[in-house]
Amino acid sequence: MTLILALVVGGLYAAGLYMMLRRSLIKILLGLALLSHGANLLIFTAGGLTRTHAPLLPSEGALTLAQSADPLPQALILTAIVISFAVLVFALALFRKTYETAQSDDVDLVKTEDEES
Amino acid sequence: MLLVLPIIIPLVIAASCLIALRRIVLHQFLTLAGCIVLLANAALLFMRVRHAGYIVLPIGSWPAPFGIVFVCDVFSAMMVFMTALIGLLIAIYSIAGVDAARKAHGFYPLVNILLVGVNGAFLTGDLFNLYVWFEVLLIASFVLMSLGGERRQMAGAIKYVTLNLMSSALFLTAAGILYGKAGTLNMAHLALAMRESPPETLMVVEMLFLTAFGIKAAMFPLFFWLPAAYHTPPVAVTALFSALLTKVGVYAIIRVFALVFGHGVEAALPVILVLAGMTMITGVLGAVDQYDFRRLLSFHMVSQIGYLLIGPGLFTPAAMAGAIFFMIHIILTKTALFLACGIAGRLNGSFQLKEMHGLLRASPILAALFLIAAGSLAGVPPLPGFFAKLFLLLAAFSEGRYALAAVALAVSFLTFFSMLKIWNEAFWKTAPQPVAPAGPIPFSLLSPLVVLCALILLLTLFGHPFHEVCRTAAAQLLNSDGYIAAVRLQL
Repeated sequence: MTLILALVVGGLYAAGLYMMLRRSLIKILLGLALLSHGANLLIFTAGGLTRTHAPLLPSEGALTLAQSADPLPQALILTAIVISFAVLVFALALFRKTYETAQSDDVDLVKTEDEES
Repeated sequence: MLLVLPIIIPLVIAASCLIALRRIVLHQFLTLAGCIVLLANAALLFMRVRHAGYIVLPIGSWPAPFGIVFVCDVFSAMMVFMTALIGLLIAIYSIAGVDAARKAHGFYPLVNILLVGVNGAFLTGDLFNLYVWFEVLLIASFVLMSLGGERRQMAGAIKYVTLNLMSSALFLTAAGILYGKAGTLNMAHLALAMRESPPETLMVVEMLFLTAFGIKAAMFPLFFWLPAAYHTPPVAVTALFSALLTKVGVYAIIRVFALVFGHGVEAALPVILVLAGMTMITGVLGAVDQYDFRRLLSFHMVSQIGYLLIGPGLFTPAAMAGAIFFMIHIILTKTALFLACGIAGRLNGSFQLKEMHGLLRASPILAALFLIAAGSLAGVPPLPGFFAKLFLLLAAFSEGRYALAAVALAVSFLTFFSMLKIWNEAFWKTAPQPVAPAGPIPFSLLSPLVVLCALILLLTLFGHPFHEVCRTAAAQLLNSDGYIAAVRLQL
């Protein structure tokens, strides 16, 4: 399972980086999204995959640490998802505004005037 | 309490500003008042830390490493103080330096949220929490960068946003791998865990952190977003960014390498040193070709980051103390230069050096203040820039890094040449035809610049006691045992 997830994470990073190298703004945005998904999945995998109980204290009987999954990576991912969602939405708005002002989604055509001169 | 106030004060101010979104005068008043309280708080914090060594606060009384801790040492306290100072000066400058449209669209709340993120990053003792503060300051900076919506701003903001988001993804990756390795994210606990793992297995994580923070710090070869973006927003925003944002990146490099990877960092040091040298050279050479005042200063910012990286690259107490001294000096100097640039551009109606002229006659006081800041940047004795570079050079010599020292000296010379270019074009050159004298410079624009130059001169006068403080901070940084003991891990 770890191997499969590792391959998926690698695939997401590769696809994300490839998309970010493209000139189209929307592809850059998709690349960023893939990259953050890859990072989230990586935290999940690196935190250790265990087929055990949820990390909740049962009403009777004690649950040892070894018997339960690690809740922290999931908390981290939840935070990271919220952050990356907010940031991506901002990036989307920025890219749309850029598209409107520059009338192009090609990064090479969106240049500042001092670069053009 | 002192430890969370640097975050709570600007947060409360930002929230109050958002409630009364249309009352711009109130925004200005609140931001000024908040920054003054912040400055007093930071001064008090610094005095306490000087006395106590470390102040630690477990948030929500959860003991470390289970909860998030805030830790303040002398270096953090110095950086929080500088943040408050720059925040206050930019708040004053922006009264006349930022247009009404930007103010109406939330300029002041954004500046306050930026201060929240920067202070949080300086004070946290938890790696994932550091990531969260980075995102807080990044999102505020994204909006500040693109606020106004001019086409050239958009072009700059795209590069800035894309590369910084990529850096965040890398930071998250590195933090995830480190968590998988050590099972903790508390920096003191991580430092303990890293001591037991063999150094060669750490190299991957170290390089991931160096890349992630290197993008934020504008290190070679990851700095191209900076000169592409920093000259596009109003000068008040550029000055704020130049004083704080790249410095947070350098702070993170220093903190993570000194504390978490304190043992077993040797293999990474040559990489940092080579990158430091390349950052200095490419920055200053990039500036040679520039004739836009703001772009020229942006390239110099990159080159100064190289000097800062000598500290973590040599990893000796003397080099760290030099880097901390340099950090404080460069925050003052660079902000002063950007503010001077803003006033000059306002007087001349252009930032193109070829079109600028006669500022020496138009405003002798501006010329004098520019000379102080530019001289300090280039390292003219007896200004603090000279001593900052001297300490770094001495540290490089004592480690036998002669090539690095030679690069630092050559770059210093080229910086002087570059400042001379600005002086000749904008200040010395007379106007092609007589122009109507510009009106007096508004007090709110000139006073922050006067304060900054006064502080630069004070740093000249009290260089020795200040260097003592820097040496204490550096010794503390390199003594991870003290930090770990102060956090009091409940293992």
